[in-house]
Amino acid sequence: MADAAAHGHDHHDERGFFTRWFMSTNHKDIGILYLFTSGFVGFIAVAFTVYMRLELKDPGVQYMCQEGIRLISDGVCAPNGHVWNVIVTAHGILMMFFVVIPALFGGFGNYFMPLHIGAPDMAFPRMNNLSFWLYVSGASLAILSVVVPGGNGQLGSGVGWVLYPPLSTSEQGFSMDLAIFAVHLSGASSILGAINMITTFLNMRAPGMTLFKVPLFAWSIFVTAWLILLALPVLAGAITMLLTDRNFGTTFFQPEGGGDPILYQHILWFFGHPEVYIIVLPGFGIISHVIATFSKKPIFGYLPMVWALIAIGGLGFVVWAHHMYTVGMSLSQQTYFMLATMVIAVPTGVKIFSWIATMWGGSIEFKTPMLWAFGFLFLFTLGGVTGIVLSQAAIDRAYHDTYYVVAHFHYVMSLGAVFAIFAGTYFWIGKMSGRQYPERLGQIHFWMMFIGSNLTFFPQHFLGRQGMPRRYIDYPDGFALWNEVSTWGAFLSFASFLLFIYIVFYTIRSGKPVTENNYWNEHADTLEWTLPSPPPEHTFETLPKREDWDRSHAH
Amino acid sequence: MPVIASHLHAWRRNPNPWLGPATLALLAGCNPAQSVLHPAGEDAAEIARLFWVMAVGAVVIWAVVFGAAVFAIVSRRKPTTERGADLVVLFGGVVFPTVTLGALLAYGLTLLPDWGPGEPPDLRVHVEAEQYWWRVRIEGPDGAMIETANEVVLPAGAEVDFHLTSPDVIHSFWIPPLGGKMDTIPGRENVLRLRPTTPGLYRGICAEFCGASHAFMAFEARVVPPEDFTAYLAAQAEPASGDASAFVAAGCGGCHTVRGVVELGATGPDLTHFASRATIAGILDNTSEILREWIAHPVAFKPDARMPSYDMLTDDQMDAILAFLGGLK
Repeated sequence: MADAAAHGHDHHDERGFFTRWFMSTNHKDIGILYLFTSGFVGFIAVAFTVYMRLELKDPGVQYMCQEGIRLISDGVCAPNGHVWNVIVTAHGILMMFFVVIPALFGGFGNYFMPLHIGAPDMAFPRMNNLSFWLYVSGASLAILSVVVPGGNGQLGSGVGWVLYPPLSTSEQGFSMDLAIFAVHLSGASSILGAINMITTFLNMRAPGMTLFKVPLFAWSIFVTAWLILLALPVLAGAITMLLTDRNFGTTFFQPEGGGDPILYQHILWFFGHPEVYIIVLPGFGIISHVIATFSKKPIFGYLPMVWALIAIGGLGFVVWAHHMYTVGMSLSQQTYFMLATMVIAVPTGVKIFSWIATMWGGSIEFKTPMLWAFGFLFLFTLGGVTGIVLSQAAIDRAYHDTYYVVAHFHYVMSLGAVFAIFAGTYFWIGKMSGRQYPERLGQIHFWMMFIGSNLTFFPQHFLGRQGMPRRYIDYPDGFALWNEVSTWGAFLSFASFLLFIYIVFYTIRSGKPVTENNYWNEHADTLEWTLPSPPPEHTFETLPKREDWDRSHAH
Repeated sequence: MPVIASHLHAWRRNPNPWLGPATLALLAGCNPAQSVLHPAGEDAAEIARLFWVMAVGAVVIWAVVFGAAVFAIVSRRKPTTERGADLVVLFGGVVFPTVTLGALLAYGLTLLPDWGPGEPPDLRVHVEAEQYWWRVRIEGPDGAMIETANEVVLPAGAEVDFHLTSPDVIHSFWIPPLGGKMDTIPGRENVLRLRPTTPGLYRGICAEFCGASHAFMAFEARVVPPEDFTAYLAAQAEPASGDASAFVAAGCGGCHTVRGVVELGATGPDLTHFASRATIAGILDNTSEILREWIAHPVAFKPDARMPSYDMLTDDQMDAILAFLGGLK
C-alpha cells in the first residue's frame, strides 16, 4: 500500500498563501476551506441560538427589547418580536444552507470522496473553486441580510427559514431579497458541487473499482449529490417566485391574484424533505467508516447499506407533505403521506442494524471518533422514534409547530449531522493536518456536548407535549421549568463548542505529529490511509493498484 | 414605555385557579389552560390516547434498537456467523419496523378525523385570524352572525365547526386542551371540528409563525354549560349603548365597531361587549388601568400591532374613553 503514496513525498508545496487558499482548484484545499468557513458560519448560527435560549430562560422578555437588545436585563423591556424572529430565521437559514451541507458535503465530501475512489482530483477542479466562492458569497449575503433594513422598520427579516408567503412576501425592506439571493447562491454552489461529485464518482474511480466496491462514504456523497441535483433547483424555482411576487407584482402565492400560499409549501417541502437527507446521508457514510474502524471489523452488510442509502434518498422525495398535516389536506392525502413516511423506517432500520451487527463481537475501542459515532446512534435513533410518533397525522395536529417538533428535528438532523461532523473531524484531523488531536480533550468535548445537547433538546419534548408552540419569544409561566433546563443545556453545549475550537487550533499548531500513514488500524482500509499525513498536494497521479483498496478475498 | 410583565393576563402568572405550577411529579409539568396533557375535548382526548400508544411504541422500539447496540458492544460472544448477522439485520431492519409500524399505522388511521362533509354541526363559528388578533363570528340559531374578538365561547358537548381563514398571512388556530390545530390560510377556508366536553377556561393560541407578535396572538376559549351559552349568545346579540363622544372624537370608531353606537369601520376588533371579556387583546387583564396603558402604547405589548399609539390623549379624553369602554358589558 505504500507505493501509491510514495511519489509526492519529495514534492514540496511551493504555492504562496494567497495562491493556495484563494485560487485553489485542489480538492483537498477546497475541502479544508469549506470546513473552516462552515465552522465560522456555524459559530455565528450557534451564537444566535445561545442568545435565543438566554431569552427563553425565564418567562417574560428580558433581553430582546424595543428599547434595544441587551445581554444584561435591566427590568424595563417591551418585547421586540421582530428581533427574535430575525434571529430565529437567521439561525435556520445559516444552519440549513451554510453550515451543515458545506461541512459534510463540501468539506468532507471534497476532501475524501476523491481519495476514497482513488481519483487525483475532482472532475472539474475550477468549477470546484467556483462552488466554494459562490458558497462564501451566499453566506455573506445571508449574514448581511440580518443587518440591512427589513420589516417592522427594523433590521433583518423575521419570516422563518421556510420563507412561507404571504409573510415573506409582505416583509418590508430588502433584507428579505438578500436572504433569497443568499439561498439562490447557496443552491447554485451546491448544484455545481453535486455535478462535480457525480461526474467524479462515475468517471474517475480507480481501475477495477466497480460501483459496488466504492467505500460507503463515497457512496453517501454520490447519493447526496443526486438529491441536491434534483431538489435544489425546485427550491430555486420556489424562491424565485417569491422574489417576483415581492418585486414584480406576480401573484403565484397571493390569493388576491389567483395564487395560493399552499402551493409554495408543497414546492418548498418537495425540496425540504430531501434536504433533511442531503444533510444527514454523508453523516451516515462517515459513521459507517468510524464504526468499522473502531470495531476492528469490516462494515457488515455493505450491499444492503448501499441500497439503503439509495432507498432513503428515493423515499425522501415522496413524503414531503408530512410537514403540512395542518393545512387541511384530504384524508386520502394524509393517509398516503403517513404510509410513505413510515416506509422510511425500513431502510433506516437496515442501516442501524447493520451498524449494530458491525459492532457485534468486535473488540471495540472507544477513541473519540467512536464516541461521537456512538452518540450519533443514540441521538439518531431517539429522534427516529419521536419521528414515528409525529408521522401520525392525528398526533401531528397537536404537535405540529410545537417544541416537540423542534426537539425531534434537532435530534435526527442537527445533532445527527453535527455528531457525524465531529466524528469525521476527530477521525480525519490527523490525516488532514498531520497532527493528532489530544485524546482526553476530545473525550471531554464529547461528553460536554452529549450531555449539553440532550439537556437542551430532551426537555423540549416535554414543552411540546405541554403545548408550547415554536418560534415564541415568550411563554406562560407553566413552561418555565423545562425552558430553564433547556437553556442551561444550551450553555453547556456552547461551552463544548468553544472547547472544540480550542482543540482544533491546538491540534493544528502543537498536536503530536502523525508519523504513520494509517494511525488507526487495518480496518481503516480506504485509500486515504495509504497516503502520508497530511497528504501531498497531488495524490494518486499514478492510479492506485487494486491491492491498495480491495480487501475482499474474492480475487 | 410601560413595564409590562405585571399586566399580562392571568394565564401568565402562576397562582391562578386554572394554571397550576409546573410540577416535577408530572414529568411534563402541567399548565392545563394551554396543555395538551389535560384534554377537555373529544378530539384532544383521542389525540392524547393515540399519543400514549405511540409513545409506548416509540419507547419500546428505541429500547430494543439501542439495547441491541449496547448488547453488541458489551457482548463478549465472539462473532456470530455471517448468516446469523444477516438474520439480525433482516429481522431488526425489515421485519420489526414493518410489523410494529404497520400496526401503529392501522391504529392511527382509525383515529384520523375525516374533514370531508359529515353530519351537520351543532354550532358554526367563523374565525378570521389577523395580525395579531382573532375575529370571531358566531352563527346564531337564526343564522345571524354575532361578532366578537379574541374570545371563543362554546357550549359543552356540542359539535362545533370552526370555519377558518385569514386576510393577511397564515396563522394557525389552536386550543390545545380541546383538540388539534388547523391553519388559517389566506384565500382558503379550512374547517376544524371540535367537541369540547369539560367546561372551563382555556387558552387558544396562534401556532403558525405569523410575525412580530406571534407569541402574543392569544385568545380566551371558554367552555360553558349549554344553558349558559344560550344566555351568552343572547347577551352578545344585544346592541351596546353609552356616551361614545370621546371614543368617536379620538377616531377609535374608524376601526372599531360598537354595535348600536358606532358602526363606521371594522378593521380592528369589534368592541360591542368589550367589558364582558376577560382580556384586552387576548393577553392582558381587562382592567381600566391596564387598558389605559394599552391604548397609549399597544405596540409595547404587541410588537407590530396595527393599532397606533394614543399617548397624545389628555387625561380627560382617556378617562372618558375608559368610562365608555368600561360600560360595554
